[in-house]
Amino acid sequence: MKQTYAIFQREFKSFFYSPVAYVILALFTALTGVFFYLYLSSFVQASFMDMIRSQQYRMAPQKLNVNLMLIRPYFWNIALISLFTLPTITMRLYSEEKRIGTVELLYTSPITPNQIIIGKFLAGLAFYIVLLLPTMFFQALLFVYGNPEFMPVLSGYIGLILLGSAFISAGLFISTTTENQIIAAIGGFALSLLLWVVGWGANFVGPGLKPILDYVSIINHFEDFAQGVIDTSHIAYYILFSFLGLYFSLKTIESVKWRA
Amino acid sequence: MIDVKGLTRYYGEKRAISDVTFHVNKGEILGLLGPNAAGKTTTMRILTCYMPPTSGSATIGGFDIFESSMDVRRITGYLPENPPLYTDMRVDDYLDFVAKLKGVEKDKQASEIDRVIEKTSLGEVRKRIIGKLSKGYKQRVGLAQSLLNDPDIIILDEPTVGLDPKQIIEIRDLIKNLRGEHTVILSSHILPEIEQTCERVVIINEGKVVAEDTVDNLTSRLKGGQRMTLLVEGNEERVRKSLQPITDIKTLNFESQKDGIWQISVESEKDVRKEVARQIVSANLGLLELSPDRFTLEDIFLQLTTKEEVA
Ligand SMILES: Nc1ncnc2c1ncn2[C@@H]1O[C@H](COP(=O)(O)OP(=O)(O)OP(=O)(O)O)[C@@H](O)[C@H]1O
Ligand SMILES: [Mg+2]
Repeated sequence: MKQTYAIFQREFKSFFYSPVAYVILALFTALTGVFFYLYLSSFVQASFMDMIRSQQYRMAPQKLNVNLMLIRPYFWNIALISLFTLPTITMRLYSEEKRIGTVELLYTSPITPNQIIIGKFLAGLAFYIVLLLPTMFFQALLFVYGNPEFMPVLSGYIGLILLGSAFISAGLFISTTTENQIIAAIGGFALSLLLWVVGWGANFVGPGLKPILDYVSIINHFEDFAQGVIDTSHIAYYILFSFLGLYFSLKTIESVKWRA
Repeated sequence: MIDVKGLTRYYGEKRAISDVTFHVNKGEILGLLGPNAAGKTTTMRILTCYMPPTSGSATIGGFDIFESSMDVRRITGYLPENPPLYTDMRVDDYLDFVAKLKGVEKDKQASEIDRVIEKTSLGEVRKRIIGKLSKGYKQRVGLAQSLLNDPDIIILDEPTVGLDPKQIIEIRDLIKNLRGEHTVILSSHILPEIEQTCERVVIINEGKVVAEDTVDNLTSRLKGGQRMTLLVEGNEERVRKSLQPITDIKTLNFESQKDGIWQISVESEKDVRKEVARQIVSANLGLLELSPDRFTLEDIFLQLTTKEEVA
């Protein structure tokens, strides 16, 4: 436990030593910010039109739903941006240790591969949560100026964090297989994208395969969270997925087997 | 303290070491001597549980590398060939991290870090970023790391490589001070280094142990003959004539330097330094230099690998 924390702490801090992390943070914030602004302005415009219309025709205003029109598509948007961003976080998680030779320190220290992998996974997840903070700030503005429902926002973030864990465990696995960060990033992205689009393929295959592809698809399970529904089967999917990623990571670094 | 039995390791088809067997006593410093690609690093990586051997076994401080690898790791400090440094960390943060990895208790952490910083004279740079240190200082940080948690066993893979002469001496002294309290294995391909720091040496060549003995025994075993180099001013004929009476000389080899100075290599049955000096001086030749040649690693290998089984 102490050792896992040591790995976590070093890894998490090391994000902030490297300029890459700040670039990622800036880009992620800029992209999610721009999209938030676009969604917000179109929502404001629609509400404004609605108000004018209601005055013209002397009807009660429709009261457009901010959760439906803004928050829900915005979560989808963040999920998509995460798909592109997370491989750049996971690429260095393990490849870097291999490249600079610090694996030699890790493997010869009294620490198990489990502890290494879990520490690194949690560090990646923690950094992802840091990335999400600005978007939380944006959404908080809605609560200041409006009156959205809170639960869908909460469930949306739970969904994002679960989705993020799945991506991070997949990326971490790719990162354990190579000492080249570029390959780790491309591989991590390819794997994540594949798991994302596999659901589209479901429409083109026979009825036997369709439910399987639908189930595997990483984004299908996100839908409910974005709508404010927390379904344990989706939680189970993401947790299972993350464990699988961690398991494969463990197997690659354990290719040398030591009996404890 | 360390018992190595029949270690063999293949990398794919290639055999890196075969049937490596040796023993290290408690509190001694053992030198692992061998040329490039001999298998020193491979052997050390197996002993530190970085990777398993293809076959063979070893016990470190009573713990088997297969059965209780975690215990082996707990009592062993290791400086790999390339120091395993996170170059973007500060020296003290790095040592703090390693101390945690090695399970140093929280209340002892600070004093333990101070101790190794003191030992490796890193005080001045403890707040600096590792990546910005000179090669020698990086090597010291690597060494400091291996001393954390006061391990019984310390394994150092070419610890003085890339250091300047002053630093080499400092590091050697540091290693010598480990004697007694720690059991040390040290690899090198430089014979004098091993001679100065180790009491016993294992020589390894092309993956095989070719000798295991004390340094003194090894060098005396090689002293079937003596060699020295002279620098003499004068002409070749006169030098040859003056040395003729010394019957113990086997071969003389003249090499012309500038300004009528000759560099002469002398090989002899026994120590003839006094006779040679006397003869040359009495022949009125200018004796500029006389230095006994040490046997180099190459000589030892030639002897050990071309002659039939010395070991
Ligand atoms: N990871 C590896 N994959 C394939 N072959 C390897 C690997 N590591 C070492 N070898 C081979 O094993 C042999 C022994 O290498 P090793 O690194 O143990 O030698 P060494 O004595 O440490 O040499 P040096 O003095 O150059 O450090 C060499 O022929 C080397 O090419
Ligand atoms: Mg080596």
